[in-house]
Amino acid sequence: MAFASPKITALAVEATEYPDLARKYRVTGVPKSVVNDKVEIMGALPQDLFVEQALSALDPADA
Amino acid sequence: MALLSPADQDKLREAFAEMTAPVKIVFFTQTLGCDTCLQTRQIIDELPALSDRVTIEEVNLVLDADKARAFAVDRVPALAIVGVDAEGVDHDSRIRFVGTPAGYEFISLVQAVLLVGGRESILTPENRAKIAAVADPITIQVYTTPT
Repeated sequence: MAFASPKITALAVEATEYPDLARKYRVTGVPKSVVNDKVEIMGALPQDLFVEQALSALDPADA
Repeated sequence: MALLSPADQDKLREAFAEMTAPVKIVFFTQTLGCDTCLQTRQIIDELPALSDRVTIEEVNLVLDADKARAFAVDRVPALAIVGVDAEGVDHDSRIRFVGTPAGYEFISLVQAVLLVGGRESILTPENRAKIAAVADPITIQVYTTPT
């Protein structure tokens, strides 16, 4: 997704090396994705769902 | 000693052979207080040996703080995957790896290098259009473990 938009940054974070981040984002299982510190996506989703949920971080209703 | 088996090296060499553009792995490190930086360097050092399109640039988080800031990197080890165009100009893919890229993360790293190196995206045209229309910044953190 980052490669497809200059607005998007994607980080793959190794959870065991950064327990502070894992704690902050309540990572209890992997993969877990956190979008704009707001939307949490558990597990690996089908592409359509993942894109939809990730982009929902910009929804004003969620702000 | 090589970390990858000869069979894995062959597979990667084959995959990298399909790259159409050079890719630079920017490796953020620091000399002191980084337990996993050396291991990370050893892992990524395997890649340029398998393709002349893959290079590594080392950036010291302390000594090259400005550069690290430009990539918004504040932890080490970290990697940024950067495409290089025909004119030799860098294009940051904004794909980052934070922590040691071992286990499954290594596969993800290889996939990222291939994508930035010209391989077709797995995104559907519909999703690509949605993503291209994004007007505000989005940061996606994906937490993983090596196993």
